[in-house]
Amino acid sequence: MMSLRYLPLWITAALLCLLFGIGGWQFDGFASLAVVSNLFSDNAFLLIVALGMTLVIISGGIDLSVGAVIALSGVATGLLISQYQWHPLTAFALIVPAAALFGALMGVLIHVYKLQPFIVTLAGMFLARGLATTLSEESIAIDHSFYDAIAEFGFALPGGGWVGASTMIFMVLLVLVIMLMHYSRFGACVYAIGGNSQSAQLMGVPVASTTIAIYALSSVLAALAGIVFTFYTFSGYALAGVGMELDAIAAVVIGGTLLTGGSGFVIGTVLGVLLMGVIQTYIIFDGSLSSWWTKIVIGLLLFGFIVLQKVLSRRTALTTVAGSTAHG
Amino acid sequence: MTTPSLVLELKQVCKHFPGVKALQNVDLRLFAGEVHALLGENGAGKSTLIKVMTGALAKSSGDIYFNGQQCHFASPAAAQRAGISTVYQEVNLLPNLSVAQNLFLGHEPRRFGLIQHKKMQQQAQQLLLRFKLNIDVTAPLAQYSVAVQQLIAIARGVAMSAKVLVLDEPTASLDSSEVQMLFDVMRQLREQGVAIVFITHFLEQVYQISDRITVLRNGSKVGEYLTADLPRSQLIEAMLGKELQQLTQQQAATAVAKQAEPLLVLQQISVKGSLSDISLTVAKGQAVGLAGLLGSGRTEVCRAVYGVDVLSGGEIQFGGKTLTLQQPADAIKAGIALCPEERKTEGIIGPLSIRENIMLALQARRGWWRYLPVKQQQQLAAFYIDKLQIATPDADKPIEQLSGGNQQKVILARWLAINPQLLILDEPTRGIDIGAHAEIVLLIKSLCQQGMSLLVTSSELEELVAFAGKVVVLRDRQKVTELSGDNMTAQHIMQAIAEG
Repeated sequence: MMSLRYLPLWITAALLCLLFGIGGWQFDGFASLAVVSNLFSDNAFLLIVALGMTLVIISGGIDLSVGAVIALSGVATGLLISQYQWHPLTAFALIVPAAALFGALMGVLIHVYKLQPFIVTLAGMFLARGLATTLSEESIAIDHSFYDAIAEFGFALPGGGWVGASTMIFMVLLVLVIMLMHYSRFGACVYAIGGNSQSAQLMGVPVASTTIAIYALSSVLAALAGIVFTFYTFSGYALAGVGMELDAIAAVVIGGTLLTGGSGFVIGTVLGVLLMGVIQTYIIFDGSLSSWWTKIVIGLLLFGFIVLQKVLSRRTALTTVAGSTAHG
Repeated sequence: MTTPSLVLELKQVCKHFPGVKALQNVDLRLFAGEVHALLGENGAGKSTLIKVMTGALAKSSGDIYFNGQQCHFASPAAAQRAGISTVYQEVNLLPNLSVAQNLFLGHEPRRFGLIQHKKMQQQAQQLLLRFKLNIDVTAPLAQYSVAVQQLIAIARGVAMSAKVLVLDEPTASLDSSEVQMLFDVMRQLREQGVAIVFITHFLEQVYQISDRITVLRNGSKVGEYLTADLPRSQLIEAMLGKELQQLTQQQAATAVAKQAEPLLVLQQISVKGSLSDISLTVAKGQAVGLAGLLGSGRTEVCRAVYGVDVLSGGEIQFGGKTLTLQQPADAIKAGIALCPEERKTEGIIGPLSIRENIMLALQARRGWWRYLPVKQQQQLAAFYIDKLQIATPDADKPIEQLSGGNQQKVILARWLAINPQLLILDEPTRGIDIGAHAEIVLLIKSLCQQGMSLLVTSSELEELVAFAGKVVVLRDRQKVTELSGDNMTAQHIMQAIAEG
């Protein structure tokens, strides 16, 4: 039974290894630490945002605003540093709490008025994207010694690999989120709400504060992803991260988390993002394929995984019936 | 035994809903180390009282004393912290979490703020051993039967070192050996000084386990009795009041319409994987009972006649004509109606009002473009609320707020409104208690007298004997025998189920 629960996770891991193996066999230099470390640094922002999305989806919700929050925090970072001459760290110290407030407000709306997370975060998405565009329609270049230092920061791996600041930030956040979800009472409450929020309430779970914290955390992680994205592009742009919420959702589902909530693993999401990244790398190495093939493969994978989830949950239901008759 | 101490005391508690006084000046005394049965008919106010006591509902007036101190619980969580745990009739745990997580949610053993999964699993294992349950605590709860889930829910209540444990119909989904297991646990807890509130509609269980009884009727307390001093007939009288005579009267079996013409004839019908070669006849104005254990094919016969499952062999004749059923709509068109077993998921539409629930079938038959005027709807709803004595302030109350027995009456009204020739009732009295029981039995009889035919399944044999003209016994998805007249006794049915 436990193995059934882990099955989507194993499949994603196996696909990841398989594709990596094929790439390494086909192309020189594919199976190298350089490619692996690039997978992390190129996808650090998506990885960070997908961590938050995992939390939200396990609680049975969804957060469509994260792509727009990435753009807004990027633009705000650019403006504060380039136009108002703030130190980047001061700017971050303002942006991250503001994002927490933004997410908490969405959580309040969702909990207090019993609104669909889909529609509330859709409104949040328009709001954040609109605000970002109003602040600046143009891309704002960031030129600051701190950013140069960040770009230099890191250590080399043998074989041309490089672990930079973005990867390290992600690693730290990954450990924190795993602790939070799998080893804290808060995490247990998130799973409980995703299972059945009414039962959770009756069992004494603080549903209100947990829901609010979930959306606040998702927005904070999105804002951090936005900041990491500026490390990557040295600019803040209002059209950054368009559709990234959907990439994050896809990664979470491919990583084995149920969209209905209550079941999933943080590490699965990481595997999901990496799988998407490997597909992209493969297409770049091949050179003759259009980069849109990434989307096609991801689309097919998603179809495969949602069907798998349905089949698995049916199988679980069947064994439950068999188990109960065996008992009676 | 020393004099037991008073743990929880409710004094003159009232709870008003708009238009209804659900509780009026109710007193309840709970002593440490006793099992206190809370009894009453449907809608007597048991559930409301429990909810007020455990913080799920706010009281309108009155006082609650816990360990001698006046207190007020704002939420179930607050009551839990004080030591009052509730196990509800429907298991309210989380199927997606493991057994251990369900047991300790919110109380996980931690070190440096981190949950110690290993320690939690060990503690869970030990806790469940006290209940003679040796199961894998890391497996998700959904994997276990309802009975085991119920025990886990109780274990959770105990784990939170409850001083007061409220069990709301805990035995409804348990078989007799599981009930005994539960009773052993309850006795063990009683010895440890826990006060247990036990709600049930099985009177023999009340006499088996409880020390003290409080009876409610129509939102008021009828009395508090020591179980040993209260003969069963007096208990029933306290619960039912005047309705007692009706209940005893209906023991006389009715032999109606012996040579009446057949309405429904099943000729060796089979459904792939669930029924084989079942034949039976229902005459006009006759009630036919279907008896058998769970899984014997009772429900499957109902589904086949109603067109939910398509036949793989045999023939259904209805009113002299062969009937081909592809879907329930075909059956409804022919004049067949079904009240399903799973009232909550297949019968009622919770958020809709009583009136809307009653109108559903009638409106569906008229076609959606011929909308029934609201005034006419209200008249019809009022007619059935009056005729079936549905306890509600008005027809616009959402059906989910009614008690089980009253919900059942609303569903009956839904089908009566289209005046079917054949009404199929699958376990019409499940989960509802004696008063409503008697009313539904009487209703079935009066429907037969009006010429309606009924096909009724029930696991309560006494009840089948009371209204049925004939009982068909099923076992292993096949017909075993047919009993009627003097042969039709609970004893004979039981034998047929057991031996065939």
